[in-house]
Amino acid sequence: MKSLAELKAIREKMQGQVGLRSESETQTRVVVGMATCGIASGARPVLTALADAVMNKKLEDVAVVQTGCIGLCQFEPIVEVIAPGKEKVTYVHMTPEKAEEIVEQHLIRGQVVTQYTLGAANK
Amino acid sequence: MYRSHVLVCGGTGCTSSGSLQIFDLLKEEIAKNGLADEVSVVQTGCHGLCALGPIVIVYPEATFYSMVKPEYIPEIVSEHLLKGRVVKKYVYEDTVQEEGLKPLHETDFYKKQHRIALRNCGVINPENIEEYIGTRGYEALGKVLTEMTPDDVIKCILDSGLRGRGGGGFPTGRKWQLAKDLVKGGQKYVACNADEGDPGAFMDRSVLEGDPHALIEAMAIAGYAIGANQGYIYVRAEYPIAVDRLNIAIGQAREYGLLGKDIFGTGFDFDLELRLGAGAFVCGEETALMTSIEGNRGEPKPRPPFPAEKGLFDKPTVLNNVETYANIPQIILNGAEWFASMGTEKSKGTKVFALGGKIKNTGLVEIPMGTTLRTVVEDIGGGIPNGKKFKAAQTGGPSGGCIPAEHFDVPIDYDNLIALGSMMGSGGLIVMDEDNCMVDIAKFFLEFTVDESCGKCTPCRIGTKRLYEMLDKITKGQATLEDLDKLEELCYYIKDNSLCGLGQTAPNPVLSTLRYFKDEYIAHVVEKRCPAGVCKDLLSFVIDPDKCKGCTLCAKKCPAGAISGTVKEPHVIDTSKCVKCGVCIENCKFGAISKK
Repeated sequence: MKSLAELKAIREKMQGQVGLRSESETQTRVVVGMATCGIASGARPVLTALADAVMNKKLEDVAVVQTGCIGLCQFEPIVEVIAPGKEKVTYVHMTPEKAEEIVEQHLIRGQVVTQYTLGAANK
Repeated sequence: MYRSHVLVCGGTGCTSSGSLQIFDLLKEEIAKNGLADEVSVVQTGCHGLCALGPIVIVYPEATFYSMVKPEYIPEIVSEHLLKGRVVKKYVYEDTVQEEGLKPLHETDFYKKQHRIALRNCGVINPENIEEYIGTRGYEALGKVLTEMTPDDVIKCILDSGLRGRGGGGFPTGRKWQLAKDLVKGGQKYVACNADEGDPGAFMDRSVLEGDPHALIEAMAIAGYAIGANQGYIYVRAEYPIAVDRLNIAIGQAREYGLLGKDIFGTGFDFDLELRLGAGAFVCGEETALMTSIEGNRGEPKPRPPFPAEKGLFDKPTVLNNVETYANIPQIILNGAEWFASMGTEKSKGTKVFALGGKIKNTGLVEIPMGTTLRTVVEDIGGGIPNGKKFKAAQTGGPSGGCIPAEHFDVPIDYDNLIALGSMMGSGGLIVMDEDNCMVDIAKFFLEFTVDESCGKCTPCRIGTKRLYEMLDKITKGQATLEDLDKLEELCYYIKDNSLCGLGQTAPNPVLSTLRYFKDEYIAHVVEKRCPAGVCKDLLSFVIDPDKCKGCTLCAKKCPAGAISGTVKEPHVIDTSKCVKCGVCIENCKFGAISKK
């Protein structure tokens, strides 16, 4: 390495990785239901798609975490987005493609993708 | 890309409780569950809670598993990592609450800590330079080399108020300034004292094991500031993990061009070498350490000349301790005011302490200067186990002294500790309760200094031996009150006449216990009694005939055959045979045996 630019490039590459190991109160949590019901209906690819997208887009202060059965097994895979000070948004029948859309629309632009929410599915 | 990181502590504490096996098992089990591409297992440095090792932390949830056993691993992997259900029964009890888990930084142990020197310990993989770079590593070196003059760097360190963390508390910036200006130009050296020898101290080891690149970066910054192109790290050979990780880190830094010629294309050259200490305590003294680096027998030299003028190989040298260096990159990045905003008027920043002795959370803590001893012991340390009472805390190891309970609320900083007759030292903090005999403690430290005195000067070589003999006489109940006066006189004589810091501070444990616990000394001398029940020669074991049921268990267990009696009749101890081992007390089911 001969320049500061190269150091910066490594830093940016690694920040997403090491940044995962922080705790903060301002963090937005993206929770994926990963109980038997969730896994059976395809939650695993959703989880990895979310984790990859968050990392690739270098989103700071977003944690993709798993949880157990939420109790709405017929709607699995379920993804909840919990931002501090905001109401929880529950997305249902997720696929990796839909998950990427949520990262793009909700996490980056702050617009809830209403058509995938539990409210829309119940209508 | 990994969605989850499983951090396994690879510090000396957790390693000795089996964390390496946990690390291998986790990898194996994760692969078995097909999660190897999603979950990464990382070996880190010390998290501080050594009492609860082996420690495993799962991110991003920051779930803290403590005292992890190999048989927990399949369950943790299949439940937590696969299905996302935290296995609460294995989680650190202080983080468990009714709903969900309490974040780590809100637990009593971590809440009042502020980590600067330890910021990466337990967070990054110390064997991966890129993880260090990912936490802004080597950015400070880049900034220094491209944006600051050596004088700017020294001014920044001076303004920050950083003082040497190795014990003396000399202002670091001042040290650097002297090394730069006393002799203009020519060969100079940067050295690091990693010869941490105080019994009960392991702060520097944790930094070396958990964040070795911070030290390398800081030494390069010091090299630039004073005009040195070569550095030496003097580390004790008894720290094999630290030595390994330093070697790996130096190799990686060279590979990435962060050590060697023309760093960042600025024309600045700097390289580092390790020197292993062979376990002599005196080599932690700066002149002895440098004599040892030169390849000679580790013995101190008179000062002046100070190392800043004539140090290693008679060239101007800056010698700082590991923890001091670990603060440097953060000061450069965040500014002198940031650092100076923490701590007390004359002691800025934070200090790392190794908590040991009679305390619940044995381990490593970093607190802002000025935190009270009570906070450290009761809140962070979790208090004294078994409902015992706090008696004193010993800081500064064999060079320091005791802080008794009446000074429990003193804010910890350099000057307050000196005023109390102790010293900051490198940061060992040993907590003692009512079962510790203060004369015995003083004797323990003197025994250590007698062993470790290098023998070059008479006051230390013979004086400490005589001190030890006097203390031994006191603990055996053979001393008189005149002996106590002689003891104190000899202490001051050794302090005033010894050549180096080892001898000058060796009597401190005696002086400080004499100052605060003279009543215990007098009890030993006049009443021939050890109030804490430690000094064996002053104890006698007796069986209370009213409580003894004649079960014969004590007689069977007694290794000296000192207990006799018939079944169902009270037993008797023959004090001429008794070796005072205490086995009978431990085994008696009726509490009939006591020591007096």
